[in-house]
Amino acid sequence: MKKIRIGGGAGYSGDRIEPALEIMKKGDLDYIIFECLAERTIALAQQQKLADPDKGFNELLEYRMEKVLPICTEKKIKVITNMGAANPVSGARLVKDIAVLLGIKNLKIAAVLGDDIFSVIDDYKDFTTLEYGNKLSEINGQIISANVYLGAEGIQQALQNGADIVITGRVTDPSLVIGPLLYEFGWEIDDYDLLGKATLAGHLLECGAQVTGGYFAEPGYKDVPDLWNVGFPIGEVYENGDIIITKLTGAGGKVTTGTVKEQILYEIHDPSNYMTPDVNADFSQVTVKEIEPDKVLITGATGREKSGYYKTSIGYKDCYIVEAEISYGGSGAFEKAKLACDIVEKRIRHTDLSFQELKIDYIGVNSLFFSSAPDLSGKGSSCNEVRLRVAGRTKLKEEGIMIGNEVEALYTNGPAGGGGVRINVNEIVSIASILIPIKDIETHVIFEEV
Amino acid sequence: MKLREIAHSRTGDKGNISNISLIVYNMDDYELVKEQITAIKVEEWFQNVVKGEVIRYEIPSLGALNFVMTNALGGGVTRSLSLDRHGKSLSSFLLEIELTT
Repeated sequence: MKKIRIGGGAGYSGDRIEPALEIMKKGDLDYIIFECLAERTIALAQQQKLADPDKGFNELLEYRMEKVLPICTEKKIKVITNMGAANPVSGARLVKDIAVLLGIKNLKIAAVLGDDIFSVIDDYKDFTTLEYGNKLSEINGQIISANVYLGAEGIQQALQNGADIVITGRVTDPSLVIGPLLYEFGWEIDDYDLLGKATLAGHLLECGAQVTGGYFAEPGYKDVPDLWNVGFPIGEVYENGDIIITKLTGAGGKVTTGTVKEQILYEIHDPSNYMTPDVNADFSQVTVKEIEPDKVLITGATGREKSGYYKTSIGYKDCYIVEAEISYGGSGAFEKAKLACDIVEKRIRHTDLSFQELKIDYIGVNSLFFSSAPDLSGKGSSCNEVRLRVAGRTKLKEEGIMIGNEVEALYTNGPAGGGGVRINVNEIVSIASILIPIKDIETHVIFEEV
Repeated sequence: MKLREIAHSRTGDKGNISNISLIVYNMDDYELVKEQITAIKVEEWFQNVVKGEVIRYEIPSLGALNFVMTNALGGGVTRSLSLDRHGKSLSSFLLEIELTT
């Protein structure tokens, strides 16, 4: 039976490059994907593009492609990536320039377009946001980006037209894998059973090492060999939609039913209805089987007709967030941190500082699980060190700075022995989402060639 | 015995929703986990974290449960004031639940 080998080359925008190069060199790959867009990445990239129309793609695109292009030319591996971010056109052009510099010939680079609907966002101002349930026009902040999550069709089209490198903006992560599978196996775009299986393949490969032992280790419970050198995944997908996940023998990490199960359920919400622009996938009947060490067979995903809507992420200038921290140590560390907190809270009230929301944590005590953490009052001496963290949301930057200053002032005005003050004030671009009809969007592909 | 002894877990996030999987090491323990780690139990356990509801999905073929917790991340990854904005560490908190035997 025909099969395709696809490598997962990145699990996030800044991921390591060398494990990706390793699977390209030794993994007998047909394709490698690089998934590099988190929820708000495009909104930030859009701001870079506004400042410079030739920018707005992933900042590591050049670094990665300089290393990747020579190997993919030699090994005949096609590259699919969403590193185009807010500017796939310039991204594709940059890849062409790198190819020229490296003396690479006969390379066709595609840019998949159509996800950016910022110019027509006003047409959707009466649409309801999924997060807040209000109208998009009522959002509290300037809108700076609007990107549809496209499906696999643009990638499929690029490959049908001979592309070796496909650069997209916002597409759903699994589509980076579904595109090549549609093209290679000639699956129909409405064969939802196969699309469900392809979605699972993409879902397993899009987070890099998260399926090969990364983000899995718990010493004494779930030990992972050579995690420092964890290998990236290789997915073998068969024409009937069966999937095998494996890794290189020499690489660290491991592929077991456990690592695969964690990744199958990762961020999917309802396992019987994982909605993407390509299909409503159903992973609820999936089975996994270790067929050899570090080789797991995954079968049983299926799917139903897609919803007919594209989820669209809208980036808007929301607020500023200040984070200010100070540490206390030794016996009574927690009591000193609590006194410091009391001072900061009273100072903020006393000087009438303006903020929308304030959150105070004791790092080492309750910063992760909030007050669900064990109550240490009265036995604070069990804490060797405590870090007070004051986080505030403000509308203006200056207001954030003022809150930070109150933490810094604890140096000379607060409890004894406070140290290590760090303050950050950052502008926050947030995301709101709307659903827009598929018919509104036209995907198209442009090409660069050397 | 803590849940950690018989099951493992991973947290993911989308917007203001936290998604925590719970997977038994040994299929023989699935019924016990299913019986004790109910949506209500999880909602109580995370009462200081989760401001919305908890929905539980069962995936028997994987020996797994999947918890979807709404309004759980202080406004979501992009605007939360939490130190752990993604709520990535919440899986470790779930595994602290004490099982009754």
